[in-house]
Amino acid sequence: MSKRVDAVDLNVYYGDFLAVEGINMSIDARAVTAFIGPSGCGKTTFLRSLNRMHEVLPGARVKGELLLDGENIYDPGVDPVTVRTQVGMVFQRPNPFPTMSLRENVLAGYKLNGARLSKSESDDIVESALSSANLWAEVKDRLDRPGSGLSGGQQQRLCIARTIAVKPDVILMDEPCSALDPISTLAIEDLIGELQRDYTVIIVTHNMQQAARVSQKTAFFNIAGTGKPGKLIEYDDTTAIFNTPKEKSTEDYVSGRFG
Amino acid sequence: MTQTPTPTSVQSPAGPPQISERTSRRSSLTQNVLPSWLWMALLGAAVVLGAALSALLGFNLATWFIFTAVIYVVSSYIVTRTRVNKRRATDALWMNLIYLAFALAILPLISVIWSVASVGIQGLMAPGFLASDMQGVTGLTDQSSQTEGAPVLGGIRHAMIGSLLITIAATVISVPIGLMTSIYLVEYSRGGPLSRAITFFVDVMTGIPSIVAGLFAGAAMAWFLSVFSGVTGLLSTQRSTLGITAAIALAVLMVPVVVRTTEEILRVVPNELREASYALGVRKWRTILKVVLPTAISGIASGVTLAIARVIGETAPILVTAGFVVNTNWNLFQGWMTALPVYIFRQFQNPTSPNFSDPSEQRAWAAALVLILIVMGLNLFARLIATLFAPKQTGR
Amino acid sequence: MSSSLTQSDKRGVAGDRVFSALTVTAGVIILLTLTFVVLFLAANSRGAVYQEDQGGWIVGAFFDYAYPLVIGTLIASLIALLLAAPVAVGVALYISHYAPPRWSKSIGYVIDLLAAIPSVVYGAWGMSFLGPELIPVYNWLHENLGFIPFFAGDPSQTGRTIFTAGIVLGVMILPIITSVCREIFIQTPKLHEEAALALGATRWEMIKMSVFPFARAGIISGIMLGLGRALGETMAVALVLSPGMLTASLISNGNSTIPAEIALGFPEAPPGSERQAQLIAIGLVLFVITLLVNMTARWIVNRHKEFSGAN
Repeated sequence: MSKRVDAVDLNVYYGDFLAVEGINMSIDARAVTAFIGPSGCGKTTFLRSLNRMHEVLPGARVKGELLLDGENIYDPGVDPVTVRTQVGMVFQRPNPFPTMSLRENVLAGYKLNGARLSKSESDDIVESALSSANLWAEVKDRLDRPGSGLSGGQQQRLCIARTIAVKPDVILMDEPCSALDPISTLAIEDLIGELQRDYTVIIVTHNMQQAARVSQKTAFFNIAGTGKPGKLIEYDDTTAIFNTPKEKSTEDYVSGRFG
Repeated sequence: MTQTPTPTSVQSPAGPPQISERTSRRSSLTQNVLPSWLWMALLGAAVVLGAALSALLGFNLATWFIFTAVIYVVSSYIVTRTRVNKRRATDALWMNLIYLAFALAILPLISVIWSVASVGIQGLMAPGFLASDMQGVTGLTDQSSQTEGAPVLGGIRHAMIGSLLITIAATVISVPIGLMTSIYLVEYSRGGPLSRAITFFVDVMTGIPSIVAGLFAGAAMAWFLSVFSGVTGLLSTQRSTLGITAAIALAVLMVPVVVRTTEEILRVVPNELREASYALGVRKWRTILKVVLPTAISGIASGVTLAIARVIGETAPILVTAGFVVNTNWNLFQGWMTALPVYIFRQFQNPTSPNFSDPSEQRAWAAALVLILIVMGLNLFARLIATLFAPKQTGR
Repeated sequence: MSSSLTQSDKRGVAGDRVFSALTVTAGVIILLTLTFVVLFLAANSRGAVYQEDQGGWIVGAFFDYAYPLVIGTLIASLIALLLAAPVAVGVALYISHYAPPRWSKSIGYVIDLLAAIPSVVYGAWGMSFLGPELIPVYNWLHENLGFIPFFAGDPSQTGRTIFTAGIVLGVMILPIITSVCREIFIQTPKLHEEAALALGATRWEMIKMSVFPFARAGIISGIMLGLGRALGETMAVALVLSPGMLTASLISNGNSTIPAEIALGFPEAPPGSERQAQLIAIGLVLFVITLLVNMTARWIVNRHKEFSGAN
């Protein structure tokens, strides 16, 4: 179920502005990869280009190749919608659909696409997705209540459940804990550790301790100055990045000397 | 403000502080405040004086109000000016003028409602007012009502049915167009020339005088019928004065309102919800239909209701497109049709019995009361759905 | 779902295309409708300026017919504006800065009720209540200020004059101007207001210093929108005024406005006649006038947007 991701000479543009330049990296399946770097260095932009979500913004485009188990997702024949069913995404702020109940939120990926599910099928999906998101025990008695009634951390786990309910191969997480309190953050980090057994997980974070805690590999992005494109500076095992970085700027960043 | 008061900052807009006044006996903090009983006393004096002056001219409410207002405003200015200072006096003067403006705005509202209700309630109570139309009501029946005290006959059934049909048809025409246009503007257009043209011309459309919309609908329908009958030979005797023509005229007036309100509502639907849906592999049109619209539905419904409330009171475009009849017409596509506002207008302008117009006026005021109640009911309803069914924001 | 990336469901793709095409179509329909409005009005106005049996072009005759109506429309609207604008700004200030905060929302609703009353009801009110009430005022104005041309001429004995019509129009546009101004006044940055108050300004000085400069464009555009409404308002004038020739006197019977002329004349005009063409032609004139007013209002708003700090 899990797929590897390879970027080959990938450039991301907003109109004429080159936001991310020359990314070459291989992301392992069934592992957690963390993207770190100062604000505006292009890590979120790169993350969003992994499931073609950046195309939602006007003028955004990509040059180069992005291979999902060897298949280029930017091939002209590829439908971005199909890409997104295989590469799911969790956002910075929890965003359950306010008009739907908890249960409908988990099933959103099916229901919004007009799929017809039998009662037992949908019950199974809801239970297994919520269980994988460590949320089942907390909400199983109130599945028909609106999703906005949950706490922030529960909402974020609901969003993760919603993402894994459609059985993607890769899960992208864009600073999933930045809007949460420490206890909820811990719950999400535990969950990420469990998800890696079945999925390729890629997480953008500003929190270096978090990157060190949850990821096997870490990529450090940096930017030379405003208006310049973001670049991948160093990509290695997480322990190597935090203990024996090869680049000076990586060392400066992880030791807190700038950024 | 954390600013420390330097000499310049105290002085600049407000003028130098009046040091000499500090020497007065009262505390320096309360010296500028006049006791509140003073204003009551002034107002009382103004009311009495105003009544007296008004009585000199032959007493009536309007002159009493005017004299009282003038005396109070002027005297309180003079008092503050002499007892405190010029700045406070100016402040008080403008405050009084602003309160006065508010009172002036409320007066016509009360007066209109009084005019309508005082005759209208009686007319509304007349037997069969809501259940009958004007068929068989002639000058003679009205004459006997006015001179012999016979009950006022006739009612607004036909006009209410006409208004209902025409408004529903206008809504059916304008809501899909308006809604789809605002979806285009918010979800699809990326600031291109087409979207800028639409935004501009929707603004233009907002300003179309309602009578011009009526003229357009009439001319368009006449043209359509002549072309259609020229091609098929059918309908050559059909006149363009139809309920549906009025509905088109009202639709022209409704579309810009619907576009503007739904556009505003759609723009405040959080982008996060769209992205969440796209990230689940949901297509754009399904995202719009199943995520964006349901989230915005209460706002859209209230906007549409307000648009209906706006056009249901329109008279002129219906008068020139649908005409007026005395009997009930259920068919939008055949024959003339009366709407409630047109009924009111005709009953005032051309009373059923020109020499005995009281029954006509009673019917008109009662119809006006019904129309006001409908419009206010729609407005309240719109506010209700906007507040009651607004979805909870995503938690943060 | 480990399907190939190139596969996608055909119906979904078609759905996207159809839906976006529908939305574009709706937008285009609006543009076409406006084009048709202008085209139809222009085509049907032809008879007003060109008649075979009267020797071709009769632009002069149409001008003679139209200009008193245009002037009458402008006079009525200007009276409405002069009366309504100061009161409306005052009411908006009352709601935003003077009324007790707990009540200001309800007071706003009450003013909105003024906008909820249909124009035909205002017309009836002006005709049967306000007009007769104003007869003594007109008599007094005529006796004491008769040397001013506005108050010369025989005062109307029904009160159904252009001045009464102007007052009714003023009441009708009051809520429009008020609601635009109120929105803007409420948006005045609190920081500016508090800065003024902290300097020891009185409430009025604070309004003069921070609210008015911020809201100037909004006030003007609100007034222009009100003017646009007054120009196009039909029924109130048609009921209040007993129309007649153009006169300078505001308190005599006489004068008429374009919308009232159309509303009173159109149902009686035979289809295809010169009379109907004439009425449609002045409708077009009215359309152009309101268009200019509204465009000016938008232009002012857009020009001041950058400076107002509202964004």
